[in-house]
Amino acid sequence: MFKLKLAAIAVATLGMHAAGAAEVEVLHWWTSGGEAKSAAELKKMVEARGNKWKDFAVAGGGGENAMTVLKSRVVSGKAPTAAQVKGPSIQEWGAEGVLANLDSTAKANNWDGLLPGVVANVMKYKGSYVAVPVNVHRVNWMWVNPEVFKKAGAEVPKTWADFPAAAEKLQKAGFIPVAHGGQPWQDFTVFESIVLGVGGAKFYEDSMVKLDPKALSSPTMEKVFDTFRSVRKYIDKDAANRDWNLATAMVINGKAGMQFMGDWAKGEFTAAGKVPGKDYLCLAAPGTEKSFTFNIDSFIVFKQQGADAPKAQSDFAAAVMSPEFQEVFNLNKGSIPVRSGVSMAKFDDCAKTSAKDFADTAKGGGLVPSIAHQMAVPAATTGAIQDVVTSFFNSSQSSKDAVAKLAAAAKTK
Amino acid sequence: MDDKKWGPWRITVYALLIYCVLYYLLPLTVMLFNSIKDLDELKAGNIMAFPSKITFEPWVKAWSGACTGITCEGLSGYFWNSVSFVVPAVLISTIIGAFNGYVLTMWRFKGADAFFMLLMLGCFIPFQAILLPMAQTLGVLGIANSTAGLIFVHVVYGLAFTTLFFRNYYVSIPYEMIAAARIDGAGFMLIFRRIVLPLSGPIIVVTVIWQFTQIWNDFLFGVVFSSGERQPITVALNNLVNTSTGVKEYNVDMAAAVIAALPTLFVYVVAGKYFVRGLTAGAVKG
Amino acid sequence: MSQAQTLSPAGSRGSWADAVERALPKIVVAPSFVACVVFFYGFIIWTAVLSMTPSRLLPRYEFDGIQRYVELFGNDRWWLALQNLAVFGGLFIAACLAMGLLLAILLDQKIRAEGFIRAVFLYPLALSFIVTGTAWKWILDPSIGLQKVVNDLGFTGFAFEWIKDPEMVIYTVVIAGIWQSSGFVMALFLAGLRGIDDSIIKAARIDGASMPTIYRRIILPSLRPVFFSSFMILAHIAIKSFDLVMALTGGGPGFASDLPATFMYTYAFTRNQIGLGAASAIVMLMIVVSIIVPFMYSELRRSRHG
Repeated sequence: MFKLKLAAIAVATLGMHAAGAAEVEVLHWWTSGGEAKSAAELKKMVEARGNKWKDFAVAGGGGENAMTVLKSRVVSGKAPTAAQVKGPSIQEWGAEGVLANLDSTAKANNWDGLLPGVVANVMKYKGSYVAVPVNVHRVNWMWVNPEVFKKAGAEVPKTWADFPAAAEKLQKAGFIPVAHGGQPWQDFTVFESIVLGVGGAKFYEDSMVKLDPKALSSPTMEKVFDTFRSVRKYIDKDAANRDWNLATAMVINGKAGMQFMGDWAKGEFTAAGKVPGKDYLCLAAPGTEKSFTFNIDSFIVFKQQGADAPKAQSDFAAAVMSPEFQEVFNLNKGSIPVRSGVSMAKFDDCAKTSAKDFADTAKGGGLVPSIAHQMAVPAATTGAIQDVVTSFFNSSQSSKDAVAKLAAAAKTK
Repeated sequence: MDDKKWGPWRITVYALLIYCVLYYLLPLTVMLFNSIKDLDELKAGNIMAFPSKITFEPWVKAWSGACTGITCEGLSGYFWNSVSFVVPAVLISTIIGAFNGYVLTMWRFKGADAFFMLLMLGCFIPFQAILLPMAQTLGVLGIANSTAGLIFVHVVYGLAFTTLFFRNYYVSIPYEMIAAARIDGAGFMLIFRRIVLPLSGPIIVVTVIWQFTQIWNDFLFGVVFSSGERQPITVALNNLVNTSTGVKEYNVDMAAAVIAALPTLFVYVVAGKYFVRGLTAGAVKG
Repeated sequence: MSQAQTLSPAGSRGSWADAVERALPKIVVAPSFVACVVFFYGFIIWTAVLSMTPSRLLPRYEFDGIQRYVELFGNDRWWLALQNLAVFGGLFIAACLAMGLLLAILLDQKIRAEGFIRAVFLYPLALSFIVTGTAWKWILDPSIGLQKVVNDLGFTGFAFEWIKDPEMVIYTVVIAGIWQSSGFVMALFLAGLRGIDDSIIKAARIDGASMPTIYRRIILPSLRPVFFSSFMILAHIAIKSFDLVMALTGGGPGFASDLPATFMYTYAFTRNQIGLGAASAIVMLMIVVSIIVPFMYSELRRSRHG
């Protein structure tokens, strides 16, 4: 019924676009310096193929504002050409029947060969490409200030079992062991790294991706919450609602020892003139060396009116996947290229490690979607689980209760 | 007791006032101080301290160099985007409010009170809830994501308050004046033009200030109903301040925030006197 | 206008022009009436309909009974949001009224620099929380804000950590809310005070009434309509408080400072549960109606008869 209405509106506005160069309107939330620069590169490439770029930037959170705008746009019959949407939301949009098909572009450019299967599946709805991936962020990073560890005489923890001893030493030496920002998504980011580190990739997949009730209410999950609770002991009391980059600053200026955060944190270190391997270390979160939680930005494309729209969309998608764009964009953003066949020569050591692990885990297993960054399960379920995680972290709830709540939240549809 | 002598009462009055003034000024002070600090000092130091070295670079960057999307040209362009829809929206909603208030007090019809109550109650609907139906309506009307559409939305949801202001003001105009004019044969428009409008100065000031502030500061409607390339300044400000994975420059954020607020600040500081005067002239009579 | 017309204003001539003239008041309010019916009540009905569907990402019109309401009232977060609204709304409205009245009385004491002080109280109204949110966040942050400044002055025992405490965080939202809105209430009250006839007060003083008595018996009762207007406006602001919470706490720590408006937005737009979001909007609206309508009704009756 509603889809019919949408179609009617679409037909009504048909032909309202001016002839000439096809317009590519792109809704995104890349507005900070480095991101804006890289998006500008994309614009150049799309325009070089004879299209007109219409920028549509809406920042805020992980795209919350942009999603609101996008929904209103689609309802009013004026969907943009492409919009930054990621993870299972791609399938949710697909189910509404408003997305365009990119299969021919994908075939012409051999996407199936260039993308790991796990990633390609995220981009598809019912077997057809409806989205194009831009980059890969690794989430299970630990950012370490080696100077702080040296001063405290502590070893950088390799497993979560080592963690309390190291954190204790840092605290005794007067440092804040873990720099953390107490916002729900940051709590969740730490949590998922613990699930991965304590339970391993298979457990992560069973519990966080497949939502298997057995895994969710297993003793392992209780142990995860216990570990999560112990991390809580080693953050400072002012962490609540701190922005992630202020937490990173605490690692940079030697107030804190480590931070669990995705690879966008690197930008802060770089901006402060720090060198990886010397001033700071980028290591996999304890016990997650052989795994890789990915957070992939992607664009979905909408059905458009006008005969020239498919060509413009194909140009756009091809440009996004081109090695030139993948290189320049990811150099700016701190992430790594999503496709194979891009030279890593210009990237820093952290990115090189990341790229190698990405390729290895894609082949050998251990490449899992980040639930905290909406890559694993639909938004409603992600939100319900996040509520459980963050309220556990901000209260004195027992791990047993939390496990029970988690299992209940995972049933949210 | 309330004479201009320096008794304990007057000292208490001044002490309380000074205390309150400090409380009210605190956020603006923090914003101003930090907008003229360099980033290192800001991150390291005391946010309430006066900068040790003053720099106006953040202001320059916020106005003409900060990134708000794919372009990095600061807030300057968005300023005019905002003006282009705020002015018509304020004028139209004020005019409609004036006529509504006029009818509801001097040309009362059966159900006038009920209409007023409906209007006052209806606008309690949370604006987040009307986004989708409004988007669909605007799509059908063919003004989705245009300046016209945005003006339309602001006028509709400003109606309740403009009507409230004018109604409460016009209640205090003696009805006998209108009755006499009607007996003399003056019609609806003539009475409005000759009698009511000349008395309306103060309440027009109040309504215009109120609407200007509301619409200028609005983010939600602006982000949803404007077209991508003609976004209002609040959206640009949001894009500049609320980046998710970028490096933050708090001093530029602060400068941008003050710039975005300059027009409304100006209006309140300059017209604040008329605001209270306008309210005094009758707007507060229930 | 001819003499004949004025003598028969009811339009006994029945000409077309007269009919228009008579209908003019209704014609003038008609567009507003239509807008009100369609864009307020029509959309409320639309929302109510949605709240009984399984809509997720986009509206989907399939009847699903009261399932969304069952989910809503089984949701801990919703109960917390309601509880927060009660605390926030009550304190915010009461404190703004008290603060506004106090400031107005103080400003009405024929003080110096009134213009400047008045501007200071009014300026927060000119700023949106997108603008002031970060500054407030810093001020309330114990590690860099007020607490640190006071501690640095030597008062090391001073602690002000509400914004970090899930139990207390809602009160910091109240503090920032008062800051923004009390100036407007002050202006309303000041206007009310200035509108009171001086001769009544003078007469009372001649009769030997003390200043507190005059305030209690004469001035405050005559400000009753101001209380009403202020209450209506403050109630609007309280119910719709959204930017305030988002900018100040993001609803945190955890979701400890969630309000119904932020709850609704999160579920409808971020979590793709439009049906649930619509249900929460309807419940919010019903709460408003049940509180405001009796109040408005009695005030409107009063003003008509009084």
